[in-house]
Amino acid sequence: MDVLIQTLVAGVLIGGIYCLIGIGMSLIMGVMGIINLAHGQLMMVAMYITFVLSSYMHVDPYFSLIVAMPALFLLGCFLQKYLLNPLMKIDSILPENQVLMTVGIGMVLAEICRFIFTSDYKTVKTSYGGEAFFIGNISFNLPMCIAFIFAVVITLILFWFLAKTDTGRSIRATAQDKEAATLMGVNSTRITIITFGLGSALVASAGSLLIPIFYLFPDIGGPFTLKAFVICILGGLGSTVGAIFGGLTLGIAESLGATYIGMGYKEMVGFVIFIIALVFLPGGLVGIKRLIKS
Amino acid sequence: MKKNLTLIILGIVCLVFPLVVRSDYYQHLAIIVLIWVIVGSSWNLLAGYTGQVSFGHAIFFGVGAYTAGIIATKLGISAWWGMMLGGIAAMLIGLFVGWVCFRLRGPYFALGTLAGGEVFRLIATNWESLTDGMVGILIIQSFRSKLPYYYIVLLLAFACVFAIHLIMKSKWGYYFVSIRENQEAAESLGINTLLYKNLSLMVSSFFTGMAGAFYMNYMAFIDPEVVFSLHYISIMAILVGIVGGVGTIMGPAVGAFIMVGVQETFRSSFFGLAPAWISQGHAMAFGLLVVFVIMFLANGVVGDWSKIKRYVFRIKPSSVS
Repeated sequence: MDVLIQTLVAGVLIGGIYCLIGIGMSLIMGVMGIINLAHGQLMMVAMYITFVLSSYMHVDPYFSLIVAMPALFLLGCFLQKYLLNPLMKIDSILPENQVLMTVGIGMVLAEICRFIFTSDYKTVKTSYGGEAFFIGNISFNLPMCIAFIFAVVITLILFWFLAKTDTGRSIRATAQDKEAATLMGVNSTRITIITFGLGSALVASAGSLLIPIFYLFPDIGGPFTLKAFVICILGGLGSTVGAIFGGLTLGIAESLGATYIGMGYKEMVGFVIFIIALVFLPGGLVGIKRLIKS
Repeated sequence: MKKNLTLIILGIVCLVFPLVVRSDYYQHLAIIVLIWVIVGSSWNLLAGYTGQVSFGHAIFFGVGAYTAGIIATKLGISAWWGMMLGGIAAMLIGLFVGWVCFRLRGPYFALGTLAGGEVFRLIATNWESLTDGMVGILIIQSFRSKLPYYYIVLLLAFACVFAIHLIMKSKWGYYFVSIRENQEAAESLGINTLLYKNLSLMVSSFFTGMAGAFYMNYMAFIDPEVVFSLHYISIMAILVGIVGGVGTIMGPAVGAFIMVGVQETFRSSFFGLAPAWISQGHAMAFGLLVVFVIMFLANGVVGDWSKIKRYVFRIKPSSVS
């Protein structure tokens, strides 16, 4: 029984970070209708920023959130403004131009980091890295708990932003109906830029929070892009609340898979759930809600 | 007539190339280019003509390669039989992938296939009793000379491009393009879109599987990181397609030539002329090439050929005067 509870706890804790990754992707998907295949690579950039700050300037990884998030926000805005938005005007056979573009961006980002930092695995040593506390027989890894709390706080701030501020409302309006939002006076081009920046900042926070627990190398982005996508499918495409559900589900499922099936299959559990969700529950959490209503 | 003449000349050049160029290195490059012509053309049939952008062609390539490898190591049958069996196995897997992924549209289909590719890579890595996992499969090459390989893959590439050409001239071709242009309209005209998308995927996966099986025979060594690789197979197939030109017959052939050229130029540090660290930059060159092509040549080199020609000719007179 203890093993099960321990597994669930680990799953929920990592699920919190997955939520941040998924929400960022979900926002971008909802507003622009494109899948950002550079999502994991953006996280990797944030991780390297955190790595540089903590190993050369001895800034605590959690404080580096203050640097990494705005930096990635600007990077995201830049990418959307100068590389993705111009594509809307270009006429091409394949409508997936923007998605292919994000693939290119992801490759360039990964390679720039490989040039600067080489392919070696890097870790950041923190004084609290291996610490844990116990409640009953269940151990709680300290950095993961801190990361989880940060994730919850950031998510709450984001929801406040989306619900209460003018820009946040414009984002939700654009996601619901772009043309109607434009008619109501929302500058939808500006909103796409802000959204991409916001999504990048969210995934940047996830990257910084992962640093004390995880190792780092230039190819780390790819698997996380896939995870972000699995989370979005589980939660329902473009739904931010769904992304939380998806993130927690994926975290718990991976953790259960690692304990009961084997470490090698940990990654695969997520994909299997993903395929099951596609076949039996297209639409994810949103789809389930609709089923219950009808 | 002029078009036929160009094709005949191209055919003759392809046939005599390895007889004129005796260097193993260039023959090897030509074989690699032809493998990519097959994979790129197959991808193009599904993505460029039918509009279903696949990010998971490594599934079919890898299944083809592993079929050939497994029958050679486990059953003791010559890996050349794998050429046929690999194609068929890839086609069956293709049906399964289609069953799952054709529930999705557009970018979501793309990501569904992407996740599928990762699933197959992980299966090949973890199912050690069948695939030997990360150790990979090693067989003995049938020929020491590269010539037989060259002609086999040339024949295969020709068959693949020609088959796709014939399909696109037939009724199927029009159905495929109509699905790409507007799926609802195609459906309302009575086209069974699911059936035709699956047919396109079957043909595409069959040829990709054969290319994979050929790769097994030629390279004599595979492991999951190579043949199920997202970057080196799935994304490369897409790059070959979009750089050459989606929705054109010759596009992927041109794209394969350009991409392998770029890859080798960087890998060999501009043939030894540039400092060695440049050899690490080939993935970056790919990325920049994608960004450039999508921004300025949205329909690829072949698709935007008239645009390139106009641009080049406009520049020329001004530079002379």
